[in-house]
Amino acid sequence: MEALLRIKNLKVYYYLREGVVKAVDGVNFSMRKGETVGLVGESGSGKSTLGLSILKLVPSPGKIVDGQILFDSKDITKLDNKKMRMIRGKQVSMVFQDPMTSLNPLMRIEDHLTETIKTHQKVTQEEAKEKAALLLGEVGIPPERAKDYPHQFSGGMRQRVGIALAIALNPDLLIADEFTSSLDVIVQFQILNLMKKLKASYNMGMIFISHDISLVSEIADKIALMYAGQIVEFAPADAFFEEHLHPYSEALLNSVPNVQLSDQKLSYIPGMPPDLVNPPKGCRFYPRCPYAKDLCREKEPPLIEVKPDYMVKCFRYDEKRS
Amino acid sequence: MVEIKYSPSKFIVSKLKSICPRKGTEYFALIGFIIILSIILMAIFAPFIAPYNPIKKVGGILEEPNGRFILGTDGLGRDIFSRIIFGARTAISVTFLAVIISLSFGVLLGLLSGYIGGKFDSIFSLVMDAIYSFPGLILAIVLSAMLGPGILNTAIAIAVIYTPTYFRMVRGLVLSLKESLFVEAARAIGAKDRTIVFKYIFPNVISSVPIVLSLNAADAVLTLAALSFLGLGLPAPTPDWGFDLKAGHAYLASKIWWPSTFPGLMIVILTLGFSLLGEGINEILTPELRR
Amino acid sequence: MASLKVYIVRRVLLAIPMIFILLSIVFLIMRVAGDPVSAILGGHAPQEQIEQIKQQLGLNKPIIFQFFGYIGQLLRGNLGRSLIWGQRPVVNEIWDHFPATLELSISAFLISIIIGIFTGTVAATHRNRFLDHTFRLYGIITYGLFIPWIGIMLQLLFGVYLGLLPIGGRIGTLMEPKSITGLYVLDSLLTLNFDSLVSAIKHLILPSVTLGVYLSGIYTRLTRTHLMETLEKDFIKAARARGLSERAVIYKHGLKNAFIPILTMMGLQFALLLVGAVLTEITFSWPGMGTLLFERITYRDFTTVQGIIVFFALIVVTVNLLVDIIYAYIDPRIRY
Repeated sequence: MEALLRIKNLKVYYYLREGVVKAVDGVNFSMRKGETVGLVGESGSGKSTLGLSILKLVPSPGKIVDGQILFDSKDITKLDNKKMRMIRGKQVSMVFQDPMTSLNPLMRIEDHLTETIKTHQKVTQEEAKEKAALLLGEVGIPPERAKDYPHQFSGGMRQRVGIALAIALNPDLLIADEFTSSLDVIVQFQILNLMKKLKASYNMGMIFISHDISLVSEIADKIALMYAGQIVEFAPADAFFEEHLHPYSEALLNSVPNVQLSDQKLSYIPGMPPDLVNPPKGCRFYPRCPYAKDLCREKEPPLIEVKPDYMVKCFRYDEKRS
Repeated sequence: MVEIKYSPSKFIVSKLKSICPRKGTEYFALIGFIIILSIILMAIFAPFIAPYNPIKKVGGILEEPNGRFILGTDGLGRDIFSRIIFGARTAISVTFLAVIISLSFGVLLGLLSGYIGGKFDSIFSLVMDAIYSFPGLILAIVLSAMLGPGILNTAIAIAVIYTPTYFRMVRGLVLSLKESLFVEAARAIGAKDRTIVFKYIFPNVISSVPIVLSLNAADAVLTLAALSFLGLGLPAPTPDWGFDLKAGHAYLASKIWWPSTFPGLMIVILTLGFSLLGEGINEILTPELRR
Repeated sequence: MASLKVYIVRRVLLAIPMIFILLSIVFLIMRVAGDPVSAILGGHAPQEQIEQIKQQLGLNKPIIFQFFGYIGQLLRGNLGRSLIWGQRPVVNEIWDHFPATLELSISAFLISIIIGIFTGTVAATHRNRFLDHTFRLYGIITYGLFIPWIGIMLQLLFGVYLGLLPIGGRIGTLMEPKSITGLYVLDSLLTLNFDSLVSAIKHLILPSVTLGVYLSGIYTRLTRTHLMETLEKDFIKAARARGLSERAVIYKHGLKNAFIPILTMMGLQFALLLVGAVLTEITFSWPGMGTLLFERITYRDFTTVQGIIVFFALIVVTVNLLVDIIYAYIDPRIRY
């Protein structure tokens, strides 16, 4: 299958007075049509910045400094704002973290949808309204509520609206940034199931950004684990949960409770994530890594393909191979 | 795994806000301070700076700015430059008096009203809100017309309209502080009401006063100027910028611009000084207002 | 929309104690802060004249009777009679002068809001860049401008030196249009009297620019802060992510939301508009309420002064009420 999205050596930096924050620093990754990638990482690992840079919506003073984002074989980083607007919402759309704040409080639900539809398609107001009603039906909102305002909806209902907005123009790729994390657990799973269903029927590719690895395991085909602005492990989901080769993946999975392992001993990762203004010279996980060697301090490990579709950024697997 | 609450982009944006270049606003405060200081010095050392007696006829009537009278003379042959220098005395003394009166009454009443609460508080708040919402200058006009001219009377007329500003601010703070832990704790160890108000609440409240004070002083300068412009300020022949502006206005149609331009300019400069100082302090103390 | 009606009724009821308090304050100022009789007559008037004035004003009755008499008269819409010039009813005096103030206020308000929203939007969208700093400084400077002075400077430039515009008055001599609304510009338009229209507009320009510029700085600042705040909200990011044009994002989503806090501030700023109007009128000999107030204070026409103050109090309360109602119409969150 052809690649839907291919990111090559992407660097996104925030230029602050204190220094340059290297939020995304040399990310390589690709995904196919219809595939779901779970982008997992701690807060500050650069996963949200990575998501926003695919839409070229990195907030100022952030800048895409280097690299390519090939979407549909076009390099997005080279597109001007006008061309980008045609991609946003139409080919790549986004569902945001907080449904309470991501809808305009002064606009009716229906108007959000018709506005989006009419931005990208030449349709009459009536046609747009019909389409809106259809979309609301798909996400499970009764048609009579189309004329309500956002504040009249619960969090879960608003996130349904957010999803309806994201799928309105049948995009090829949907970026969901922590889109369930502000909801309670039951609603979380309802929304997640809705998303699974829609993803299948619309054949959308999806990047599901989350800090919650157990939630990601519910929906992702592939896992991309981010640490300090870099992808340290990129693997098919099943293989990842089985093998989790990178020391960080290992530590991370050991810190998440697992229902299947009843007498599991929970551990935590010692130390703090690195300062992204002055990241460690070699491997970024080196200061917290139990397997660290001198080499790790000196040199940044490459992303090693340990087997087809399975990549790890760690010297341990370099040695194994050689 | 570490509990993650904030997204990194939000974190970075908030971080960014706290370290934004604050140079511009620091200049605001500095320039404002220099302006006010120079005018205060001008007021104090007026007799040494002014070349002539400000209330005596020292030259021809309405002389254009020239070597002898650098800003010209007014309709009574008095030196405009000297009148401006001495006018600083009027402006500074009335402004400071008005600010001090409104500050003391506003803070005191606000503390009492907020602390006592109940009916007393509702009535006081309603009265203060009424004064606050009423066009200040119009109230001051009527008050000073009733009280008569003079430094103290004018200051009182101005003070009345700014008292509610302090009252509202202090009362709001007291209400939120009243429920706070350290006041609860003081009450628990048996501190008297009076002790609680003056020892615990008052110092907390007073720290937020300087910003409002400075911005209010700017308003007070304008109100004084307005009252004087309407002839309700100080009795003639006291040098007074607003009054001189009005007097100069009469000669406008004959292209005699100097008796009005210069006194008015001083009013604007002093007001600007206080505004810049207030804005500057405001943003240095509360960086989030920069947004 | 039943809830909106409930809201309005509740808001109107809340305004009543405010009016009562304001009226009491006016009463107090007029009787307690000073002696109206000596304010009218000066310090050394003969005793019988003092008695006569006291009789005329009802000041010989106990103060509590005076107060209820005053409130009672007000409820009947009676503001008393002027003490000078044929002793006309104060209500008529006010009615003759109010349209001039209204006309000046409306045009100045429009000027201020147009300049303010425009400069504020530019500042907010150029955050921390040159235009932002420029318009922030504009906001601070205009607020510190003393209206009579800026008025006089404009009179000098456009009236005296360039001779383009009149420096005072409301319209050329004997050019008043037939009175329909009392607003000369509107009346000239309605009666198709173009000579009057040109004259009325020419007279209106300088005063309303003076007042408008003075007030615009406040709206620059308000628009700037609130628009910046709004543009950082998630729904703005979400709107951009849906591919909306920058224009739609800023105007439809940003400015409309930012306008709500600006609107709530307009009620408070209205007092400033009135204060500014009084000073502008006096500077430009504009025959409105401010000029009337100034004139009657000079002539010690005590009843008219009191009437004007009461009238101002009523306007302030009414406008604040209107602002709250408009607010409820715009923001759906208020109504429920």
